[in-house]
Amino acid sequence: MTLDPAMEEILKVFFEESTECLSAMESGLLTLGTGADCETINTIFRAAHSIKGGAGTLGLMEVSHFTHAVETLLDQMRTGERAVSADAVQILLRAVDVIREMMDAALARQSIPTPAAAAVTAELELLLDERIPRAPAAASQPPPVPSVAPTLRCGWRIEFRPHESLFKTCNDPLRMFAQLAKIGDLTSTPHLHALPRFGQFDPSLCYVSWSLILHGAADKAQIEEVFDWVDANSVIEIEPLESPDATTLEASTAPCATATAPPPCAPTSPRVGVESGSIRVGTEKVDALINLVGELVITQSMLSRFIDHCDPNDLEALRRGLILLSRNTRDLQESVLKIRMLPISFSFNRFPRLVHELSRKLGKKVELKLNGEHTELDKTVLEKIADPLVHLARNALDHGLETPQQRVAAGKSETGTLELTAYHEGGSIIIEVKDDGAGIDKAKVLAKARARGLVEQDANLSDDQIHNLIFLPGFSTAEKVSDVSGRGVGMDVVRRNINDIGGHVQIASAESRGTCIRIRLPLTLAILEGQMLRVGQEIYVVSLVSIIETVQPSREQISSIVGQVDLLRHRGDFLPIIRLHELFDVAHERASLTGGLLVVVEADGQRAALLVDELLAQQQVVIKSLDTNFKHVRGLAGATIHGDGTVALIIDVPGVIRTFVCKQAERVGRAA
Amino acid sequence: MAQTILAVDDSASMRQMVSFTLRRAGYEVVEAVDGVEALDYARANTVDLVLTDVNMPKMDGITLVRELRQLNPYKFIPMLVLTTEAGPEKKLQGKQAGATGWLVKPFNPEKLLATIAKVL
Repeated sequence: MTLDPAMEEILKVFFEESTECLSAMESGLLTLGTGADCETINTIFRAAHSIKGGAGTLGLMEVSHFTHAVETLLDQMRTGERAVSADAVQILLRAVDVIREMMDAALARQSIPTPAAAAVTAELELLLDERIPRAPAAASQPPPVPSVAPTLRCGWRIEFRPHESLFKTCNDPLRMFAQLAKIGDLTSTPHLHALPRFGQFDPSLCYVSWSLILHGAADKAQIEEVFDWVDANSVIEIEPLESPDATTLEASTAPCATATAPPPCAPTSPRVGVESGSIRVGTEKVDALINLVGELVITQSMLSRFIDHCDPNDLEALRRGLILLSRNTRDLQESVLKIRMLPISFSFNRFPRLVHELSRKLGKKVELKLNGEHTELDKTVLEKIADPLVHLARNALDHGLETPQQRVAAGKSETGTLELTAYHEGGSIIIEVKDDGAGIDKAKVLAKARARGLVEQDANLSDDQIHNLIFLPGFSTAEKVSDVSGRGVGMDVVRRNINDIGGHVQIASAESRGTCIRIRLPLTLAILEGQMLRVGQEIYVVSLVSIIETVQPSREQISSIVGQVDLLRHRGDFLPIIRLHELFDVAHERASLTGGLLVVVEADGQRAALLVDELLAQQQVVIKSLDTNFKHVRGLAGATIHGDGTVALIIDVPGVIRTFVCKQAERVGRAA
Repeated sequence: MAQTILAVDDSASMRQMVSFTLRRAGYEVVEAVDGVEALDYARANTVDLVLTDVNMPKMDGITLVRELRQLNPYKFIPMLVLTTEAGPEKKLQGKQAGATGWLVKPFNPEKLLATIAKVL
């Protein structure tokens, strides 16, 4: 089968759709665990059914066959033939995984069969056989009708006495006869004896019956197929015309008659496909856009009208036009950004399953609460946050929540709670992963950090600082490495990933009360809430969320140490002072630190003070990538374009701090 | 004028596949995502053939066929149901509701066109 582009397109839609169906099955199955309800089973069944039907039609036979067994099991549950058991749900969940794998393989044009599929199929069949003996799984295709009395050279006699309601289902005998005429030589004799008088004649009823003779090589199945849709109340008798050598013919042709339907086409054509990310967008969002573009066109015509009839006295009209234009532009920008926004439920949806399986594995009782699933955030942010969230949830289940016995002993309810919450705060999204477990054991964390040499033996740390130790590379307090979490590559990676998309992680924990990890994320990666800074003649932008505060230090707050590092004493900490003009090698105005403007920034849990000449406006800037337009520059996250056409560079705060530390190390190295 | 077919299926890929095949064969196609939407459309417009999936949310295909047969303009319009249940009882249900015939999934484009040609 050569796939034309349109078919490719359909396949793509099918894959997206099946992903949705699979999530629906999964979440449905998980709620089944807590009690069967008819509508849920129906929903799961429908999802499986859609996948099976679509896969079969699109030539993904393996998927279709596999899903058939799943569907059969679900059908039995749906009709009440079979009770919903935990085992069955478990197998079905694994089947969902298998289907997902198959789909992924099909999408990548790899060969589909997976060993897991065979195992799950076997289990499904075992389960199906247990109660109700039934046909094997391959019955998804109608079994080829064994031709009892196959081809006869001479032909058939057909008696057709339709029920009078034949026309009501729109089955026209004329079309059937036309079809018969295609497979043989047809003569028909109508019997009109049942026709009523004209006055009683109802044109919607069928009063006629027929005797037909079909000469030719057609076999019985072909004829039966023509009358397939005629309902059971009609009479159809198909008999072979007598033929002297009928028996010999039957014997010789019988074997061929079973070779029916051509084998399904497998998608074998290798394809070098670059997966293009696509978004399914609600029509109302597109409508809003179209609407806005319409507005824009009106504004444009308003402005060009002004140019045509330029009246210097009527500048008010121009002003009105421009105000309208700026409003249109802003609305348009917002709407376009909204198109990239997806509800966080896309990411939260995998958690019920995850928690279900992990809690079984760990022998803990956990209730999962999801709040704010409809909070929308940028697709890219959403994709990047998925793995860190999973990691945090695993950690909470593995390290945070206690076993039922421990909980009871601590005077808590047997079942622990894991809560995922998402909401908007200002221009950011906050995601919280909260558990009511044992909390972070400060003594243990501190001891481990000391043993690993991550903190000085005699360092005096605040609770907050101790909690933040778990984000250091190579830190893990799990007493034994489990396959759930705890290889010590976790939390630092989590934090780095979150920082990479411009987010922050905070941690709060109370012993025996639980832990809450709070992630602050930008709404989108395309636009940044920025603070404009001036250094000499250059304008830079720093993300507002990374700025803690801005200070004008007094002489006492500045201390210089050997190796030319200046430090700002600030709220009990010493922060390195980074002179931006030195780092970027540009002219500057202010030489002395005292009285200069220092912007205190934080990234990766490290703080630093940036020396700048002036603070300018705060505004939203559109991020233009340097990587794609120029090349990656250390310390810069991108660029943006001002209203007057000049370019301002966006400072990558973590990058700047790292670069500064490197340069400092070099300098110290040279000095030594 | 090209004949119009109302294709009802809750699966977007099936709708696309059906529409694509039929449009290429020269039919006009109107799509609906479930029985309710199809019925709404049918009340306001007429079509030459209805092709509907059986299992759909809101209103299933069998009910749709039954409802449509109550409408005067649809008394003698061919209606086909798409079904994966090749079992006789589903077919019987379809017949009793007034379906002209059925098309067993999975089917390929040629089969779809051949089946449509049987009734149009």
